[in-house]
Amino acid sequence: MTVRARRRRGERLLGLAWLTATALFLALLILPVAGLLLRVPPADLLRRMADPLVLQALWLSLTTSLAATAAVAVLGLPLAYALATRQFAGKRALEALVDLPMVLPPTVAGVGLLLAFGRQGLVGPALAVAGISIPFTSVAVVLAQMFVAGPFFVNAARAGFEAVDPALVRAAATLRATPGYAFRRVQLPLSRPALLAGAAMTWARALGEFGATITFAGNLPGRTQTMPLAVYIALQTDLEAAVALSVILLVVSFGLLVALRAVPRGARP
Amino acid sequence: MRTRYACLREACLVLTALAVIPAPAPRAAEPLHVFAAASLTEAFQRIAAAYEARHPEREVVLNLAGSQQLAAQIEHGAPADVFASADQRWMDDLVAKGLVAGTPRIFVRNQLVVVVPRGGRVARLDDLARPRVKVVLAADAVPVGRYSRQVLEKMGGDPAFGHAFGERVLANVVSEEESVKAVRAKVQLGEADAGIVYGSDVTAAARTSVRTIAIPALLNVVARYPLARLRAARDAAAADAFVDLVVSPEGQAILAEHGFLPGPPP
Repeated sequence: MTVRARRRRGERLLGLAWLTATALFLALLILPVAGLLLRVPPADLLRRMADPLVLQALWLSLTTSLAATAAVAVLGLPLAYALATRQFAGKRALEALVDLPMVLPPTVAGVGLLLAFGRQGLVGPALAVAGISIPFTSVAVVLAQMFVAGPFFVNAARAGFEAVDPALVRAAATLRATPGYAFRRVQLPLSRPALLAGAAMTWARALGEFGATITFAGNLPGRTQTMPLAVYIALQTDLEAAVALSVILLVVSFGLLVALRAVPRGARP
Repeated sequence: MRTRYACLREACLVLTALAVIPAPAPRAAEPLHVFAAASLTEAFQRIAAAYEARHPEREVVLNLAGSQQLAAQIEHGAPADVFASADQRWMDDLVAKGLVAGTPRIFVRNQLVVVVPRGGRVARLDDLARPRVKVVLAADAVPVGRYSRQVLEKMGGDPAFGHAFGERVLANVVSEEESVKAVRAKVQLGEADAGIVYGSDVTAAARTSVRTIAIPALLNVVARYPLARLRAARDAAAADAFVDLVVSPEGQAILAEHGFLPGPPP
């Protein structure tokens, strides 16, 4: 066998391994989704969609998760920028703190939120003086989602800012752009794909949030019962209803994720 | 810059750390899997210890969750040898599906109580219906949630409380929790002004932060707990021995210590 033939055979084997790995991974993603989709007849799905309780939960899920994403984007952007561009004491510790919600079991996160914002929590009594009570409200749902999903945005935005060529920022400065102007006209537009991707990840995680929500916000239809909670409660009595609700959540989330990716190229920098 | 060797060194550290964590010592026999209602947690942990003391070769693995969840798990083939339910509905369900060996026996009974945080706003049952009192109940799908609603309905039928009492309390509900322990936790944390749980949930540890208000016997609901060996049990004798221990004077004494009422005489 010539050297070239052996090399060609090696290439083919590598290609085959490549395809097999991809097929196995996709099967892991597709099979559970297919299992859910095939279990529910479409007519049944439409009937459930018309159920006011389902609509209520779906609406609550969409509004709270979008509010959480917007709040995380506004509050998390400066932090992400600082982490990407500045060196300071305690930066490592701050990075670990930002990542912490990703490893914390969500139920523990919920207890932590209660111990912070609850009636007997750290800041709860002060809030109560101002007439504010957070647990068992839709605000608690948003806070739980922000806590659990926030790191996704901060980390993505930070990576986006880090990828901007510092030479471009320096060039803007030599053209007498103020730092604020350079941020708005150079860094922000160049990191936009990363910011959008981070926001999409945060939104997706917030939409699926369960453990912290049921612990901190409780479960009340119309006020704190989001789709994942409705699915969980339905699972206790009626498997078919739970599967149908899951499929509705799946279809809506998939549609929104695809729509986000279809933002026209022209609209991107 | 991180070198390849630095990564390798970290990987070695992680592997060493994993190796240092002791693995549990192997036992001679297959473990016994007991699926028990969440309300039985503390009592069954002690009964399991008593069982292991008698049968050192066999470990008891307790799966404690809402009865409805346990029934669903058993239905879908989870490895279970014994099932102790907080509600006859879920046991009947498994019997109807042919998953239970023999006839289930009622081994214990439990009554509902109202729990409130110490120094809280609710002092008497009447207070439950006062405006802006935060009440948590278990969801309707959870046995204790269904019993709680039955009690409120009975209270509404009692002239001492008035016919709108139940509805006024339900209007105060701020959360429908997924288990009785979640109801208790919300009251323990002081987030809720009152919750309805089983008498057995007011454990010694819970009593440091909550107070009990009794519900009159006439208005109360008595939960009957059925217990049975499952058809899928891998070792029928071992499973039967566990059932026998629960109904024995020793098992009943442990259950009584944890706030349960004895089961009806056989």
